[in-house]
Amino acid sequence: MKTLVYTSTLGLVCMLAEMFSLRKFILPIAVTGLLVIFGLNASNWGENQAFFHNMVVIDNFSVAFSGLLLLLGVFILVLSGNFYKNEESKISDYLAITIFTLCGALAMVSFGNMAMFFLGLEVLSISLYVLAGSKRKDVRSNEAAMKYFLMGSFASGVLLFGIALIYGETGSFDIQGITNYAANSTPSLLYYIGAGMILIALLFKVSAAPFHFWAPDVYEGSPTLTTATMATIAKISAFAAFYRLFSSSLGSAMPAYAWVLSGVTALTIIVGNFSALNQDSFKRMLAFSGISHAGYMLLAIVSVYGKTDNALFFYSLAYAVASIAAFAIAIVVAANVGSEKFDAFNGLGKRKPLLAMALTIAMLSMAGIPPFAGFFGKYYIFSEAVRAGHLGLVILAVVNSIVGVYYYFKVIIAMYTKDSSEVSLTIKPAYSVVIVVCILITILAGVFPSMFANLL
Amino acid sequence: MLLIALLFIPLAFSLITYLSGDRYAKYVALAGGAAAFVACNLLKAPFIAGALAPLTYAHNWISNPVIQFSLSLDGLSFMLVALTSFLVPLIIFTTYGKAIDNAKAFYALILLMEFGLLGVFLADDGFLFYIFWELALIPIFFIALLWGENQDKDFRNRAIFKFFVYTLAGSLFMLVGFIYLYQQSGSFSTAALYALNLSPKEQGFLFWAFFLAFAIKIPVFPFHTWQPDTYKEAPTAGTMLLAGIMLKMGLYGLLRWLLPVLPEGVMLWTPLVIVLATIGVIYGSVIAIKQDDLKKLLAYSSFAHVGLITAGIFTLTREGFQGAAVQMFAHGFNVVGLFFAAEIILRRTGTLSISQLGGIRNVAPKFAACFVIVVLASVALPTTNAFIGEFLLLFGVYEYNTWLAVIAGLTIILGAVYMLRMYQNVMLGETNALTAGFADLNWQEMLVFILIIIGIFQVGLYPKQLMDMMQPSLDFILNNSLK
Repeated sequence: MKTLVYTSTLGLVCMLAEMFSLRKFILPIAVTGLLVIFGLNASNWGENQAFFHNMVVIDNFSVAFSGLLLLLGVFILVLSGNFYKNEESKISDYLAITIFTLCGALAMVSFGNMAMFFLGLEVLSISLYVLAGSKRKDVRSNEAAMKYFLMGSFASGVLLFGIALIYGETGSFDIQGITNYAANSTPSLLYYIGAGMILIALLFKVSAAPFHFWAPDVYEGSPTLTTATMATIAKISAFAAFYRLFSSSLGSAMPAYAWVLSGVTALTIIVGNFSALNQDSFKRMLAFSGISHAGYMLLAIVSVYGKTDNALFFYSLAYAVASIAAFAIAIVVAANVGSEKFDAFNGLGKRKPLLAMALTIAMLSMAGIPPFAGFFGKYYIFSEAVRAGHLGLVILAVVNSIVGVYYYFKVIIAMYTKDSSEVSLTIKPAYSVVIVVCILITILAGVFPSMFANLL
Repeated sequence: MLLIALLFIPLAFSLITYLSGDRYAKYVALAGGAAAFVACNLLKAPFIAGALAPLTYAHNWISNPVIQFSLSLDGLSFMLVALTSFLVPLIIFTTYGKAIDNAKAFYALILLMEFGLLGVFLADDGFLFYIFWELALIPIFFIALLWGENQDKDFRNRAIFKFFVYTLAGSLFMLVGFIYLYQQSGSFSTAALYALNLSPKEQGFLFWAFFLAFAIKIPVFPFHTWQPDTYKEAPTAGTMLLAGIMLKMGLYGLLRWLLPVLPEGVMLWTPLVIVLATIGVIYGSVIAIKQDDLKKLLAYSSFAHVGLITAGIFTLTREGFQGAAVQMFAHGFNVVGLFFAAEIILRRTGTLSISQLGGIRNVAPKFAACFVIVVLASVALPTTNAFIGEFLLLFGVYEYNTWLAVIAGLTIILGAVYMLRMYQNVMLGETNALTAGFADLNWQEMLVFILIIIGIFQVGLYPKQLMDMMQPSLDFILNNSLK
């Protein structure tokens, strides 16, 4: 509870800072604030509490995911200092909106009521619509915002419809109430239709195929830092909400959708991987690979009868830190070379060996090669899926991981074997710090996975 | 404790090498390789005495899933550890005559690979084995990709990348296999996996999960298509690492992680595997005869030899196992010697095309003498190391099926054809413009050959020590494979 309240307050402080001309201090204040909140959040560990008539439920699941989201928020804030340096007058707005995005995400991992879930999702989405269009003079950015807004609000509508149907059937918005109803009576068709609509809306939010068409264009058109926010904070919070809903209350509707969800998982993995193969833009490749990662994470939802929250958390962590590192490096390269295509990375291995090594580790981790975190992420998800009896899906996922190697290695090969265009690269210290921390987490979680694997 | 030291010395020296800068990297790397070799020698005593119990070390590493950092050194592992820790410094030393760009990264990667290789041979936990298995792949990928000598970069990128994807694909199926086994047994340790009772049907499926990974690495026909181009495109030091040590990972994997774990699955598929391996023997030999590129010829010859080793392992006989183990050791020495000879020719003449060479013996008698010994060893002349190995292997195959033994036996004749003809075309005859100025061996190159030749005759004349050392562990594996 504290986490959510303080984070919202911090967002307001950022907005107000402009009035008191505290622009210079705003970034350090926001970062310190989030770190303090991170600590406060951690102090909630092991407590099971409910607030405001079950609106917000704090348990280890929500604390763990909130911690991860706050950490990602810190990374993105630190990166934004330089990213928005040409628009200094608006920095407070950017920071405030980013923090509000985080508020929405936090609500989505700790809701105890459908209303709170919807509220969180909307706060997250609306902030992201704004951020996606924040490069006002860039047509692509405007297009991305418009597309994201249209598709996103449509999905929100479907979600609301689903919630309404569930309410009509069960007479409750409360997660516990819905769970009790489903356990004590035989739900009618309305219940299943409602659950199906919520399922569709969530699949849309996590960009699962066939609801993924918005993702590549939106990812590519948005400012890279916003893309990073969508790929990490938005996706992870949506998956956490997904798990929270379908492991408890709506879980009773799962058997009806098991086949559909398995099909969607398979399709997402295949579409994501095979579409990523032919991209020549690094950012667009990351967008499609993000779809394939959503597919792997869906394996944890498909196997929700086992306790797959831990696997989901570990995968999210591994995927998020590797993504942040990759996006940060992409920003550095794009700022110096002026392009986001694979060619822009040519010769990076010679010019900046450490930066190239960091990107190599991030790519190896995403491709799931030991001893990096992504490998254990895949391992945990796959073994949960095997335990749940989805051996076929796992084999499909394994085959697709091999496809993944092709496009992740494209950039590695470009960095090390192509000749450089001899542009000198400068890296701001803030970027170095974020990249180093992300890579350290990637290695640590890969060598000592027990640190994170038994949290939940 | 010494076991841990042996494993981590290469890793530590890999870091030190990278930090020591381009100028000193090669000395530091050699010191690191030598230090690991010394550690290996300190562990030798109990195996020479024929100890039955392996040296072990175990430490809890990951609690969920239960993964132990457990190492085990028995006679078979010791043979491979000794081979690795001897060959790696030797391979580092073979690069001394050549200027290498970005030397610190090159040598650091070689030592990192040694870490992965030693880990594979020492791991007693399936998951640990898998991690080291993958870890060994990454350094060799970069070594081959970045320090290859061929000018056609695109071709090289494609060839090396094919190798990477191919081997990674195989090992991912092994990972699924391990996950499945873990769900059944709750542990990855060899003891738990050997004790599993799986239905024949499950074993039949799981067999392929593991066999694919190993067969691609070895490689067994028809999973070998990555091999010739990779061997050709990689820098020679990389080829030596691949052929001399890395392919033994696959053979070792068969012995340690496939045969005793899935005995009924192995029973089911043995006929097919032996036939494939025998096809590989003949196919590799026939194609080797037609090669004009020296490195490619050696690649196909290596492919033929490991085919015979695979066949020997799958006979599930005592002789087949003994032959396979001895031949793994012998092949490591011989193939490094052959590729070193090719490297010397490449450095001095700038070509590996057999038809353009000739008459080198007239100007470089020392080189000719060393080269002929290694060539004769690789065609299994009696008194050399490969003779012991191939004889036992063919004996094992003969016990399994007479006709297969006859066909596989052709490898000795065909091997003699392509190796001796290659030697004749490259070394004998009249010198030409390319080879007239061929300088004879310098002392560094001489030293490498002398060490290899000592190894060839030591095993060739007195194999008993090596075989006695491995016998207890081979018997243990054989008993578990036949239960």
